[in-house]
Amino acid sequence: MREALALLARDLKLAWREGGAIGVALGFYLVVIAITPLGLGPDLNLLARIAPGMLWVALLLAALLSAGRLFENDYEDGSLDVLTTGALPLAAVAAVKCLAHWLTTGVPLALLAPVLGLLLNLPLEAMPWLVLSMLAGTPAVSFVAGIGASLTLGLRRSGLLLALLVLPLYVPVLIFGVAAASAAITGPASPWPPFLMLCALSLAAIVLAPIAAAAALRTALR
Amino acid sequence: MISLANPTRFLELAARAIPWLAVAALLLIGIGLYLAFFVAPPDYQQGETVRIMFVHVPSAWLAMFGYVLIAIAALGTLIWRHPLADVAAKAAAPIGATFCFVALVTGSLWGKPMWGTYWVWDARLTSMLVLFLLYLGLIALWQAIEEPGRAGRAAAILALVGVVNIPIIKFSVDWWNTLHQPASIIRPGGPSIDPSMLAPLFVMAVGFTLLFVLLHLIAMRAEILRRRVRAMQQRQIEHAALVEA
Amino acid sequence: MPDLGPHAAFIVAAYGVAFLAIAALAYFIVEDDRRQRRLIAEMEKRGVTRRSARAERSPAKPRSRRKSRS
Repeated sequence: MREALALLARDLKLAWREGGAIGVALGFYLVVIAITPLGLGPDLNLLARIAPGMLWVALLLAALLSAGRLFENDYEDGSLDVLTTGALPLAAVAAVKCLAHWLTTGVPLALLAPVLGLLLNLPLEAMPWLVLSMLAGTPAVSFVAGIGASLTLGLRRSGLLLALLVLPLYVPVLIFGVAAASAAITGPASPWPPFLMLCALSLAAIVLAPIAAAAALRTALR
Repeated sequence: MISLANPTRFLELAARAIPWLAVAALLLIGIGLYLAFFVAPPDYQQGETVRIMFVHVPSAWLAMFGYVLIAIAALGTLIWRHPLADVAAKAAAPIGATFCFVALVTGSLWGKPMWGTYWVWDARLTSMLVLFLLYLGLIALWQAIEEPGRAGRAAAILALVGVVNIPIIKFSVDWWNTLHQPASIIRPGGPSIDPSMLAPLFVMAVGFTLLFVLLHLIAMRAEILRRRVRAMQQRQIEHAALVEA
Repeated sequence: MPDLGPHAAFIVAAYGVAFLAIAALAYFIVEDDRRQRRLIAEMEKRGVTRRSARAERSPAKPRSRRKSRS
């Protein structure tokens, strides 16, 4: 447990010092949401209707942008090899790194979303559920991104390949995420069923994804 | 399965099976097409366009069959380390993807006269589209990793992750579809199948399956030979280096 | 060919696309297979061998498949 926390602290410190990666993800999120109305027209009613969906899609893309660095840095300087021989099982290493990604990318994106929602005329009453749905869904995003990152470790064009591999797996998260976020706006349906599904997906991802990621890491390091 | 683990033995068996499979597949598809166009009656609601079903439904079945095959082969690679498992998976991916593509396009062309639109985000078509994306991911991963051992294991992991996700994706798309049920009269799930149409459908399905197996065996042989060529070329280089040394 | 009704174009297009896609797939697979067989034949002609090919031809090599041990 102590080793896990130590690894987590190290990764968080590195991410904080690097600063740029988190900033780029947030900046990308802003840019995509900013150009959307330029593509769709300024009709506020239309924007309000698509706001939850757009905010979720842009979040997935922004999270994927930074997923490449989940293992890349440690792979390049050899620390990943050291970690495989350490006291922590490789699945735990993968889990800690995905957790770090969630804390440094998923959570900030989720917290920025309501602000960007203002650009899309998202009604204020929808914002709490938007943030809640994203906080519940982004762990699944980070942990599944870990599978993609471990499969594409060290490959050319790994960023695009990672996105191609992982986006289809995000379909359930997207569907339930948008449903939970927009339930407050679109009517009598309660946001709880999709929200609970999101929680279930995240929990399943937290448990299962590290196993797949560890297997993929072992394959890449052999 | 164990006796087929030896690549040379597999090649012998494949060489003998391939001609028979080719004849059988072409024969059955020929009969199926005849039944589809000249024997099956037009549907009382859809008219003649129901005949598209005889190519759309078998393609969709084979798209799913292909992925199941790849998932089983993935278990063979990761758990039992069967030597030909990753060859089977790599060979099956483009074939399954093609049938998936055919299912999507024929489904779309069926949809236009039936529902008035080329694409409809109903649960089945959407799930088939996601399946197509999963296939593309597998093929892309195979292409991206040069070393066949690592490529095989990585693709196997991805295939198993995909297979676990497919029921979840299907469930979520079904749920999403009920949420967004459009106002127009679209019958989800497609038309019910009249018994007079079962025979051509069955014949086409079996014919397509034999075609799949035929192409799969040829592709597996090509992959085994490709790896031998690679090994031989490497030996050539090593030999040349030794001679010069 | 029976009368395919007012939507004949869609039926023809559907079968057409299916035929073309499957034919293209079959072509690429068969072509690849032929190419590999040609490459192997060329290399064997030039005398390049595989390690296991040599082992198969020499009967003295002990095989673990043999059940009885002498």
